[in-house]
Amino acid sequence: MKTENMTFEEAFARLESIVEILGSGEVSLEKSLELFEEGMELTGFCSDKLNKAELKIQKLVKEKDELQVEDFE
Amino acid sequence: MEFFREDHIGFDDTVYAVSELTGHIRELLESSFPGVWVEGEISNFKLHSSGHMYFSLKDSDAMIACVLWKGRSSGLIFKLKDGLRVKIFGKITVFEKYGKYQLDVMQVVPVGEGSLQQAFFELKQKLFEEGLFDEEAKKEIPKYPETIGVVTSPTGAAVRDIINVISRRYPCVNIIIAPVRVQGVGAAREIADAIDSLNHLGCIDVMIVGRGGGSLEDLWAFNEEIVAQAVYNSEVPVVSAVGHEVDFTICDFTADMRAPTPSAAAELVVPDRDALFMQIHSFQESMSGIIYQNIQESKNKIKSISSSYIFRSIENRVKQTIQYVDTLEEKLTSLMMWNLERERLSLEKVSENLEALNPEAILKRGYSITMFKKDGRVVHTGTQLKQGDRIRTKFYKGSAESTVDFVDKED
Repeated sequence: MKTENMTFEEAFARLESIVEILGSGEVSLEKSLELFEEGMELTGFCSDKLNKAELKIQKLVKEKDELQVEDFE
Repeated sequence: MEFFREDHIGFDDTVYAVSELTGHIRELLESSFPGVWVEGEISNFKLHSSGHMYFSLKDSDAMIACVLWKGRSSGLIFKLKDGLRVKIFGKITVFEKYGKYQLDVMQVVPVGEGSLQQAFFELKQKLFEEGLFDEEAKKEIPKYPETIGVVTSPTGAAVRDIINVISRRYPCVNIIIAPVRVQGVGAAREIADAIDSLNHLGCIDVMIVGRGGGSLEDLWAFNEEIVAQAVYNSEVPVVSAVGHEVDFTICDFTADMRAPTPSAAAELVVPDRDALFMQIHSFQESMSGIIYQNIQESKNKIKSISSSYIFRSIENRVKQTIQYVDTLEEKLTSLMMWNLERERLSLEKVSENLEALNPEAILKRGYSITMFKKDGRVVHTGTQLKQGDRIRTKFYKGSAESTVDFVDKED
């Protein structure tokens, strides 16, 4: 899966498994570089996800049976 | 009829009509007991088809008739039935036609919480048998939610605690509060409706349903069947957080997870962002470490081979291999710097020891990064380049632009 389409959870899980594979020492140098490159991309992606999202506090309001969200004071 | 003559001495001789006398009694009783608390045990309980409730309140020596009109019974937080000890607030009314007096019930409170406890255990047993507490039905709580629903009072301590914990631990989510009353008449209905509404929104990853501490009676809305059903039917995983550590409610048993307090619920639904940053950072360090080690090992292997007598004859190939490994190392370095630059920006706020890995320090040691001029992509291998490409090379201080004259695609 392309990193940009991943959820944080998927990216983080993939990252964990890459570190594990690399650590096992059972891949060729060539393959390990590929994994390293992917892993670095994933770390960037994960940090970005955590950094870019901001805390937003809203409340649910029901108007004429329609659900809406507005800012919570 | 003069037999009892003496008994009358000193009494009024007035003769009342029955209705007149009853009227006086009524006046006397009703004005004397316009509002009174009385405690006793319920017996002869009858729910009339009209919705009114009739029963007696008794102790070992006496009994009083009681009526609870339909309009008031909807506020009852537990089921009345024979044998329950209750405290009733009401007024005495006289039913003149039959010469009876009764207590017109305005409020019923369980005595010693025994009644509520009993109602609690009965409902718990019923819902348990209906499968509402089944472990198999419990949904998993997502590890990294993006939107969190909170069903609670918008003014209570619980909502503040939840917001505080989440803003401290994981300030990168959207919290949507569904404001409800958490106690009193109609609270259970509001809570159940809010759970349904959050489901309808379609964007909630997990929700917290709860309130701060209170008496068993205060927490009662969370023991009502409609709340339990709404929690059970929720597609969105529910974390129940009612009262304190020691309080267990039906809502807790039905929810996908129980938290001892609202703050604890907030801790359960979000991870710790700083810890995640640290973990991501340590992933980077271990990956880099492993790769460097792999490259060093390969280099050493090649060196030892190249120095051996047998391979002198194919020296050229050995040299090429060494060059290949060097290329890999360079590729790795540029990759690391590229990623570290990104990471530096994001990790600055949490990682104080990141300075050691600052790409500037690496550049300072004489490394440089080469990028395509047109889009800034980092050049990892010579094979990416062709003659005439414009490239930009970034040094520790400053950068330079150049044109590729010759590419050695030899790997």
